[in-house]
Amino acid sequence: MRLMGCGLAAAGVLLAGCAGGPGGGGGKISDGKVVLAVLNDQTAVYADVSGRNSVEAVRMAVADYKAKYGGKAASTEIEVVAADHQNKPDVANSKAQELYDRRRADVILDVPTSSAALAVANVAKNKKKIFIDVGAATTELEGKQCNKYTFHYGYNSYMLAHGTGTAVTQDGAKNWYIVYPDYAFGQDMQKTFTAAVQKAGGKVVKADPAPFPNDNFSTFLLKAPGMNPKPQVLGTMQAGGDLVNLVKQYNEYKLREKGVGLAAGLMFLSDIHSLGPDAMAGTRFTDAWYWNADPKNRAWADRFQAKTGKRPTSVHAANYSAALQYLEAVQRGGTDKADDVVGQLEGRKVEDVFARNGTIRAEDHLLLHDAYLAQVKPSAEVKEPWDYQRILKTIPASEAFQPQPDPACKL
Amino acid sequence: MLQQAFNGLVGGAFYALLALGLAVIFGMLGVVNFAHGAFYMLGAFGAFVALDSFGLNFWLALALVPVLLGAAGVALERLFIRRLAPLDPLYNFLFTFGLALILQDLVKRSYGVQSQPYPRPSELGGSIDLGLFTYPAYQVFVLAVSAVVCGAVWVVLTRTRVGMIVRAATERPELTRALGIDVGRWVTPVFGFGIALAGFAGVLAAPMRAVNPLMGADLIITVFAVVVIGGLGSVFGSVAAGFAVGLASALGNLYAPALSQTLVFILMAAVLLWRPAGLFGREEAFR
Repeated sequence: MRLMGCGLAAAGVLLAGCAGGPGGGGGKISDGKVVLAVLNDQTAVYADVSGRNSVEAVRMAVADYKAKYGGKAASTEIEVVAADHQNKPDVANSKAQELYDRRRADVILDVPTSSAALAVANVAKNKKKIFIDVGAATTELEGKQCNKYTFHYGYNSYMLAHGTGTAVTQDGAKNWYIVYPDYAFGQDMQKTFTAAVQKAGGKVVKADPAPFPNDNFSTFLLKAPGMNPKPQVLGTMQAGGDLVNLVKQYNEYKLREKGVGLAAGLMFLSDIHSLGPDAMAGTRFTDAWYWNADPKNRAWADRFQAKTGKRPTSVHAANYSAALQYLEAVQRGGTDKADDVVGQLEGRKVEDVFARNGTIRAEDHLLLHDAYLAQVKPSAEVKEPWDYQRILKTIPASEAFQPQPDPACKL
Repeated sequence: MLQQAFNGLVGGAFYALLALGLAVIFGMLGVVNFAHGAFYMLGAFGAFVALDSFGLNFWLALALVPVLLGAAGVALERLFIRRLAPLDPLYNFLFTFGLALILQDLVKRSYGVQSQPYPRPSELGGSIDLGLFTYPAYQVFVLAVSAVVCGAVWVVLTRTRVGMIVRAATERPELTRALGIDVGRWVTPVFGFGIALAGFAGVLAAPMRAVNPLMGADLIITVFAVVVIGGLGSVFGSVAAGFAVGLASALGNLYAPALSQTLVFILMAAVLLWRPAGLFGREEAFR
């Protein structure tokens, strides 16, 4: 009987009976179910930072939502689907269309790689469907290319640059040498970092573009100590395998002993795991979240590890939070209609396992929340696997992200 | 500056080892082996697995992994390459290219894309004072060992009977056959040897480079440029070009970082304009 009811619901005849929605919510859930789609990199450079385990994190959010509302849920039929965009904007574009149209996705989540994220934002705008980006860093998502249906959740290049650039400079490392990968992300990071360092009273002695990908950074590392004035810190904007190569060589050439510290523009728990904490010890970077920062985070990380065998990166936690907040918005409005959900999300205060002191700013759809300046522990202090980070300070939400919305953003 | 040059040579050592294997395989079998980078990657992963799963240290891996990969190369030649060799070269090209993708994906499935940690051997942890500057001991070791290997291969090729046959078969296969020498007998071991060299380079790379499934793919295009600069099929040329390209890219990084990756190809274009067969190649290679 239930199957038949659902069939009818799909035909648009009757919804509430099948979906078990709250009284009066009948007909408000499209197709009788809510579909959350995770579009990300499942096989290449960001597969460990996000990838399949982000899908798992979203499933956890769905389970928690169902457990919380039970029979009172706006929709008990919730489906999680996933697709691989291979970090290519053209693939991301066609996959996003397929997810919205054919697989009936009500929201697309994650989408790392800035160019792919911007492509999906454009699809979301044209189709008037919700997109919550988690994995990409570009501030364009809440700047020139913002739109009514796109949200940016988790972190961005402003947060990374201002957290690390400002804190390290104020700590006394006035002179910087920046090495960045020569493509869109690296160039963007170089600019934001330079601005942050200068604003904090520091100086970028030199900024060198490095080929991407690259396995030999020795030229850059060797010339660093000889520069005039000598840089006190080497800021690397490399990611993934390139970051690993650079750090290995940084240690081989003993730059720390020569008085040149290391600060990473973008680094994830999984990167520290690849290198072993010893190679990274002392490196400072900004993180949006850390699994072992407090008991609440840890409890969630334990659940995550039970499912995936790994500790979560900040991106995994942010995907969980984004999915949960989306479902809560559907619950409040009693509908998954995009315009209504947007209304429910705008200006919303968010307080969950990921976002602390969070606000979804109505003007540009950026989630403001506390961020953290972190440092990699030396291995002597690493008491258990994956516990690599020491939180040096909490950067309050108001300082962590752009204090004012970009005037170029017209929703 | 001197230190930078030294650096370039260390980077060049990997190009040289890989290009050497590619050149020998191309010369003997006429196969452009696109899977060469994948075998380099397998060498590095072999070292990681040996340590991680079997507790074998770097030195054992350096001895064992190339032998295993060489054996795999022999099997590969027997089962596939041999059958494809008489056909259009395109078949071999597609086969080795596909093989590289398969190997990469298999490693990705088991170990993910994130780099795996591999420590430097403790014996080579420190730095060596080279008089003018101090340099990480491991890098000095890499440079020395690859120079010795390249030198040994050169000696074998020029001073021994086996080498004579291989060289003869590389340059004039029909004539060598006409002299009553069974060229086919040498094809399989030469292929296996080339693969073993790539694996050897991979093990050497593990302590100083990021060990991930894409490390070979990132390198192989440059290595092809190296082989072309040196002259297709020229053993000496590929080694010399390997070190030269390493040197050029280190100096390129110093003076024009943005250009350094393109530099190899600019160099290749310039060499080809001047000598279409490469620096040490012979026109006959293109018959």
